[in-house]
Amino acid sequence: MSKFSDLTRLPDARGHFGPYGGRFVSETLSFALEDLEKTYLSLRDDPDFQAEFDYDLAHYVGRPSPLYHAERWSKQLGGAQVWLKREDLNHTGAHKVNNTIGQALLAKKSGKPRVIAETGAGQHGVATATVAARLGLECEVYMGAEDVERQKLNVYRMRLLGANVIPVESGTRTLKDAMNEALRDWVTNVDNTFYIIGTVAGPHPYPMLVRDFNAVVGREARWQSVEEFGRLPDALIACVGGGSNAMGLFYPFVEDDEVVMYGVEAGGDGVASGRHAAPLASNAPRGVLHGTRTYLMSDEGGQVSDTHSISAGLDYPGVGPEHALWKDVGRVNYVAADDDAVLEAFRELTHVEGIMPALESAHALAYAKVLAPTMRPDQHIVVNLSGRGDKDILTVAKLDGIDI
Amino acid sequence: MNRIDQRFAALKAQGRRALIPYITAGDPAPQYTVAFMHALVRAGADVIELGVPFSDPMADGPVIQKACERALKHQVRLSHLFEMVREFRQDDAETPVVLMGYLNPVERIGLEAFADQAREAGVDGVLIVDMPPEEADILGPTLKARGLASIFLVAPTTSRARAATICAHGEGYLYYVSLKGVTGGATPDADDVAEHLAPLRELTDLPLCVGFGIRDGASAAEVGRVADGVIVGSALVSRIAENADDPEAIPAALEAVLGEMRQALDA
Repeated sequence: MSKFSDLTRLPDARGHFGPYGGRFVSETLSFALEDLEKTYLSLRDDPDFQAEFDYDLAHYVGRPSPLYHAERWSKQLGGAQVWLKREDLNHTGAHKVNNTIGQALLAKKSGKPRVIAETGAGQHGVATATVAARLGLECEVYMGAEDVERQKLNVYRMRLLGANVIPVESGTRTLKDAMNEALRDWVTNVDNTFYIIGTVAGPHPYPMLVRDFNAVVGREARWQSVEEFGRLPDALIACVGGGSNAMGLFYPFVEDDEVVMYGVEAGGDGVASGRHAAPLASNAPRGVLHGTRTYLMSDEGGQVSDTHSISAGLDYPGVGPEHALWKDVGRVNYVAADDDAVLEAFRELTHVEGIMPALESAHALAYAKVLAPTMRPDQHIVVNLSGRGDKDILTVAKLDGIDI
Repeated sequence: MNRIDQRFAALKAQGRRALIPYITAGDPAPQYTVAFMHALVRAGADVIELGVPFSDPMADGPVIQKACERALKHQVRLSHLFEMVREFRQDDAETPVVLMGYLNPVERIGLEAFADQAREAGVDGVLIVDMPPEEADILGPTLKARGLASIFLVAPTTSRARAATICAHGEGYLYYVSLKGVTGGATPDADDVAEHLAPLRELTDLPLCVGFGIRDGASAAEVGRVADGVIVGSALVSRIAENADDPEAIPAALEAVLGEMRQALDA
């Protein structure tokens, strides 16, 4: 009997994960969220809906994604065997598509002709634009103006897919401001628009449904582990911004007490410097943003803090509410990897294994470099390689002083 | 009896509509806010909604977003708002003041501390935009125990079941959001508003006030035909923005806009 069994019964009927989560939105959106919750709950256990979802994951996304033994890198690290869950091989190049496929099916069922999304690194925007193209839905993607600048390739990719990318100039011009603007759009166009949120944050039911759509990652990792090395892994590692890829990998293992889990947040210049995006690892105060209560980086006046990370996808001051609870109950260890360690891991995996990770995923790899040497060679770590690094080539080249 | 209830009782006796202006505290700088509040009262304000600046005002349009940014340049916090209300109360013991904003700044100073300080400063009601009644159990009783009214929003999308919940929790007045969208949007249609207010009248005796998109005397009078009060924010905050470099000119500009609405509403 797992001491964490209670965790699988959350959220409660009001969308709360212990003291976190909930539905903190202005009244105009309450109706749309109630509606979405009803739609999702009616379809969640519907075999036809699940079959449609599974079919798309298999034939459009290319699942299951492989569990790859990074043998050479493991040897170099000199400890546990490191296995990479290859979400980078999914169609569109990241785990994000698992969720957008699911939400697009919900959009289709609810008959709304227009979808909107927020995006940081652009992976969720690309994944949304992709499913919108396939279903013939109008698509607008909100993206912080700073992120539009540092993720030019993904911006153009979205435009090629037929989406309208709207740069957001307000606030800090990053992911959180993109989400504000998407919420403003939704409140204005709620009759004909479905908001595809890209992470396990936002108001109920989003944290629940984004988790459920991404949990395919962990379900596959379970049977693949048994198939490859005969048992469950000793440890799981995933990066955490809002936390959807970590949630997807971790959730199906939550009751396996012997599986130790590490969520790796963006340490930026180092947690001690204050310039980071690590609300859990830095033990930020609790607060409410974008419809949910969670750990939230804010100043003494309650204003949301500026964050800093080399990776646009993790540059967010809050975190999914379920992660907040998992920190409090001790189910997952939340740590941070700073920008320098992330770049080192990015280069190392590229050189040693010929796999170029997204800078977001390189946070998880940076922690694998710390953890693996402390373990025995007969132990196994599964790292979620949540996305591929092609989108980050310009960022890394710039740091190398090369202008492409 | 709370100042808000007193004011609405008096208006009802006179057969008049309430005029409720909103400004963001600390915009364009904190030293001007109290003078603006007095100007609003001179122009006929019945209740003042004082906005708490927030870094992420998700329900607000560009006009109030920029007001928040101007105020936050001066690091305006709730402690400053309490000082402003205290100073306002030295010369005005009657006009009700409602704090309107988002939950995070309130949570950060602590719910009890917030309620204690608000009451002590002379605040009468609180409207937290991102706290619907389902989530209000954390703050509602704390406010009630101190005689502070919890004011809630009702939207065109609110179902009858939800409206009943909101009416059961609401105090002071109900704030009917006249359109789907953010603050500062299009002018509402009075017939449409009337259609939405009718079922609310069956559920509550609370005064029904209408906001979002009211910009001048004509739109105020139009909505005033069907509502117990009108709420005006962006139209005033725009005047503040236009005169941000010459704050001394702002009180007269606010009085001109609000005065026109008062006349139209009382005509």
